[in-house]
Amino acid sequence: MARVLVGVKRVIDYAVKIRVKPDKSGVVTEGVKHSMNPFDEIAVEEAVKMKEKKLATEVVAVSCGPSQAQETLRTALAMGADRAIHVEVPAGDYETLQPIHISKILAKIAQDEKVDIVILGKQAIDDDSNQTAQMTAGVLDWPQATFASKVEKKDSELHVTREIDGGLENIKVKLPAVLSADLRLNEPRYATLPNIMKAKKKPLKKVTPKDLGVDISPRIQVISVEDPPVRQAGSIVPDVDTLVSKLKEKGHC
Amino acid sequence: MSQRARVINLYKTLVYLGRDYPLGWDYFRPRLKAAFLKNRDVTDPKVVDQLIDRGNFVVKEIETLYMLKKYRTLKKRYYSEEKDSIVEISRKLESESCP
Repeated sequence: MARVLVGVKRVIDYAVKIRVKPDKSGVVTEGVKHSMNPFDEIAVEEAVKMKEKKLATEVVAVSCGPSQAQETLRTALAMGADRAIHVEVPAGDYETLQPIHISKILAKIAQDEKVDIVILGKQAIDDDSNQTAQMTAGVLDWPQATFASKVEKKDSELHVTREIDGGLENIKVKLPAVLSADLRLNEPRYATLPNIMKAKKKPLKKVTPKDLGVDISPRIQVISVEDPPVRQAGSIVPDVDTLVSKLKEKGHC
Repeated sequence: MSQRARVINLYKTLVYLGRDYPLGWDYFRPRLKAAFLKNRDVTDPKVVDQLIDRGNFVVKEIETLYMLKKYRTLKKRYYSEEKDSIVEISRKLESESCP
């Protein structure tokens, strides 16, 4: 039996059109719908499934961020996590919080809570870093199984199918281990209204990075955030000859 | 739970789901209300039960719709077509080799 830790992040909802602030310091987050990072939903679902199959005893959800991160933790609790830990990071510091800080925080919590499996989403859909799981495994010096699309527990080992370029890779890792969830791992359940209500009664613990002894001083400075280039309008050519000459002009043939 | 409470619960669940509806809450709400008002005069408990079941079916459908929409959007954003076909082919081979 194992204890499972899942990391969840509150991000701008996947369906929202992202707008860059006019001063290029970041993206507009005020008054924008937020939800749990979809890959983290998959991670929570996998942990809850392990508990339902009696492979895990307890599922602990963790989130770092300002007070709104608690909404995301409630969603994780509504999906079936047993308790939650909110690592309080003020909004100002949160902007420069990087995967390296998060991974140190997660590693510390994983040791304090004596967990056997850490499951994270492979990446967040806001900064797309894809580093936290790898770094957490590094900090803990545990084996890692990233981009998991299938996980099976056998004795004290996990058999994991990984999505890699051009195919799948089957590996086995010894516990304790860090996993990161890929899109096809499972189909996350919907956090229903009655479960959201029940989740309000589940325990939620607040800690600060200072309590955990993690330094969150910034390592990067955001210089500017820009919109992706807009696609140029196309034009209709009158005949094949013009098309060919235009293509030649651009060096296509 | 009384039948009345179940109807109210169903309505609340649909209101909760409707906030995420792709065409917007302003599209969803009047339609939801109209659907319930249409059957306001139904008094036969059997028929009410059937309608509640139908409502719960719609709830499941909407949940599935959201899940699929999210899955498809992410797949489009993060996975190239080429990689997909390779993964699918290898899955197929795997399932054929060990039925």
